[in-house]
Amino acid sequence: MTATAQSPTAELGRARARKEDARLVTGRTTWTDNLVLPGMLHMAFVRSPYAHARISSVDVSAAKALPGVVAAFSGADFADEQGSLPCAWPVTPDIVIPPHPPMATDEVRYVGEAVAVVVARDRYTAADAVASVDVSYEPLEPVLDMRTALDEGSPKVHEAGNKSYEWVFANGDLDAAFADAPVIIEREFRQQRLIPCAMEPRAVVSSWVGDELTLWSATQIPHVLRFAIAAFFGIPEQNIRVIAPDVGGGFGSKLQVTAEEVLAVLVSRRLGRPVKWTESRSEGNMTVHHGRDQWQRIRLAADSDGRIRGLSVDLLADMGAYLMLVTPGVPLLGAFMFPAIYKMDAYSFKCTGIFTTKMPTDAYRGAGRPEATFAIERMMDELAAELGIDPLEARERNWIKHEEFPYTTICGLTYDSGNYEAATARAKELFGYDELKAEQAERNSRGDPIRLGIGISTFTEMCGLAPSRVLGSLAYGAGGWEHASIRMLPTGKVEVVTGSSAHGQGHETAWSQIVADQLGVPFEDIRVLHGDTQISPKGMDTYGSRSLAVGGLALVGACDKVIMKGKAIAAHMMEASANDIEFTGGRFQVRGDPEQGRSIQEVALATFAAHDLPEGVEPSLDSDSTYDPDNFSFPHGTHLCATEVDTETGMVTIRSYVAVDDVGKVVNPLIVEGQVHGGIAQGIAQALYEEAVYDEAGNLLTTTLADYLVPSAADLPSYVTDRTESPAANRLGVKGVGEAGTIASTPAVVNAIVDALRPLGISDITMPCTPERVWRAIEAARGGSANGGGAA
Amino acid sequence: MTQIKMTVDGVSYVDEVEPRLLLVHYLRDVLGKTGTPIGCDTSNCGACTVLMDGVSVKSCSVLAVQADGSEITTIEGLANGEWHPLQKAFNAEHALQCGFCTPGMILASADLLRDNPNPTEEQVREGLEGNLCRCTGYENIVRAVRRAAQAGAGQ
Repeated sequence: MTATAQSPTAELGRARARKEDARLVTGRTTWTDNLVLPGMLHMAFVRSPYAHARISSVDVSAAKALPGVVAAFSGADFADEQGSLPCAWPVTPDIVIPPHPPMATDEVRYVGEAVAVVVARDRYTAADAVASVDVSYEPLEPVLDMRTALDEGSPKVHEAGNKSYEWVFANGDLDAAFADAPVIIEREFRQQRLIPCAMEPRAVVSSWVGDELTLWSATQIPHVLRFAIAAFFGIPEQNIRVIAPDVGGGFGSKLQVTAEEVLAVLVSRRLGRPVKWTESRSEGNMTVHHGRDQWQRIRLAADSDGRIRGLSVDLLADMGAYLMLVTPGVPLLGAFMFPAIYKMDAYSFKCTGIFTTKMPTDAYRGAGRPEATFAIERMMDELAAELGIDPLEARERNWIKHEEFPYTTICGLTYDSGNYEAATARAKELFGYDELKAEQAERNSRGDPIRLGIGISTFTEMCGLAPSRVLGSLAYGAGGWEHASIRMLPTGKVEVVTGSSAHGQGHETAWSQIVADQLGVPFEDIRVLHGDTQISPKGMDTYGSRSLAVGGLALVGACDKVIMKGKAIAAHMMEASANDIEFTGGRFQVRGDPEQGRSIQEVALATFAAHDLPEGVEPSLDSDSTYDPDNFSFPHGTHLCATEVDTETGMVTIRSYVAVDDVGKVVNPLIVEGQVHGGIAQGIAQALYEEAVYDEAGNLLTTTLADYLVPSAADLPSYVTDRTESPAANRLGVKGVGEAGTIASTPAVVNAIVDALRPLGISDITMPCTPERVWRAIEAARGGSANGGGAA
Repeated sequence: MTQIKMTVDGVSYVDEVEPRLLLVHYLRDVLGKTGTPIGCDTSNCGACTVLMDGVSVKSCSVLAVQADGSEITTIEGLANGEWHPLQKAFNAEHALQCGFCTPGMILASADLLRDNPNPTEEQVREGLEGNLCRCTGYENIVRAVRRAAQAGAGQ
């Protein structure tokens, strides 16, 4: 199926240290906040202290009068220009998409919503002036619990009510599957609200020269942002240049068109001077879109031997106060993933998107798929417990066997490749599964106060977003292709232009490796350019583990065209027919006469000189390609986690963690392993540490990193990682890897905790599984008075 | 305004500053030394860590006037002709992805190795507790610090 055998492989699979590190380890970086322009002013925002209130008045006059303050504006000052922040994913025809002005004009709907902006000569003066803006509010009732938001009598977030949409999918006869099922398991799981916390806070610089706008932003999506500013804010697209310089992580949080970006554009245009805005962490925790936040009601029907008959999923998803770029679509990315690697007769999915007076939710690493994977992997453990069988056995009885690929799931997805048996066998071996099971039984039998738990996650995911046709059928507002171009320089060096926009992923290195193999040029001779719409005019950017599985293939397509053009010119140079030229190892050779040949560098120079080119051939080898795959990418793997749970304190310690991932062919194992490590850490963080907490008035309590517990090195274990390799059905054999670890690890950890405590009568703990929650669950199970750690 | 004198990465400076000016803003906005980033406003993340008279400090939690008379080393001044062993090790072990925490992580590690030239994995993890990374899951950071220790970074 794959053509990888024909590809040269000198670089593919090589653990190259990264090119981009040189500037990052020496401090020669170009973070947006580093930028200083002549005459540049600094913006600071006045933000709502209320979760829900009517704005009676905004008076900026006192702020304006302060020394060093250049201007101050309320929402009303931009009412005619600021429009509404875009939602690109209207998932149903009757979805409610409320207006979302970048600065509130009449009503605020979450704490932190911008109501005014001050502009000053420096960041300190701007921050001081915020306190001098006088805003009067009439407080309204907040809406904070999505479970009661649709009740009659609930206060309304928007005039149209608190329901945004209901989206359903079904296949197979669910009633029949449940009708006489010997085993039916029902559970409700909570996906707590998370804050992405990329280490680089958001920052934006906007500068107009005449009618030309240059916008620097700490964004994952320079191309989408350029399009959005043109399409929704009336600025001609050809006049807009967006630059994403060094960007310090995103995890979905910088996949957004933000109020602050739009206002920077409008304010700098009005003042005729460049403006900068950089958020503080506290501001960011309140106003960078949040992730997850679902209640999941799951029903599973099975035969008495554990074979799954049907699965029913009913979700409530908290949209927050508004729909941002892909807010309503996030649960849909999970809709097709609840059946995961398992075969079943029937499946139904329903999601209700609900408005509350909280920060909007949107994509956060995994976006919908961690939620789905958590639910199904928790259910598989519950099924095993119900039947009294090993949880791996319950999975094996249901998973797609490796000889059954390609396999079309109950959701209609066709998984191109995979080998769940191989990944699981390798993981068990590395983990010492049987030995740990024996130790667990021994400790349980003697009533050890520190219980050992073993958690399993045999996950898959759909990523590599693309394909455009499928995204269109789901009402997504854009395509999923990716673009690449190759510029052959006269000296034989190569510039690679990519539409993907790395912010930590290492594309400058990995893309160099791919092109080095394709064109047979040295790794060092390649420069990868990205993140500037003037240099890289076409692209769909980086998210959804798409850069390699889509953008990497675009590179291969562009290299093909370079070689095709080169063959015509090389043939002419060697007085041969282009049909007789083969390209191998960076040389154009006459078939059957390896003595005769021209290097790609020689051909590049001859093309530049253009003194003697064949008739009708343009003097250029430069080529581009736009790739749109016909399927998603389906990485998978088996993660095993051993936890020690102290039943006297509720403290959970991860004793060992093994991850065997199958991401197909690997371009750079160092980078892949790094992605897996970081992904696992973020998934563990959801299981054990992190939660965005609002109080009963709708104030965010977790505004700092002292309250929102992003784990440190001391809070996380060492990971044992390995890979199996089922090549994907594309020319590089590659799959996505960016989100896999995060999708896999959360259920592995929680399953391990529940496994440790199941002998005490505990069958669930709500995330994050803090010592307090675990302790309360143990106390409740012992008949104590503490509240259960379950749904709280 | 208060006059301060400081040596930063081997260059001496004299400036008049507001008493409330943070050291990190002095470095970034006054001296233009943007190699030191700011990741939070509550001294939790450690991205802004620099060495003050050889000891690691979070430069968001030090006033510029408090650093008067001191010698500051930032990530920009760590290399001495060639990269410092920690810079080499972070590159070799892929201990950074987005790289935003890296300046602070490297300077905190330098201080850690000065105290303990040959730390165990556990000691590295505990020693870097005040520096947050969102990308790497710390595995390769721990490896890099121990690799740099092997290379004599703490000697």
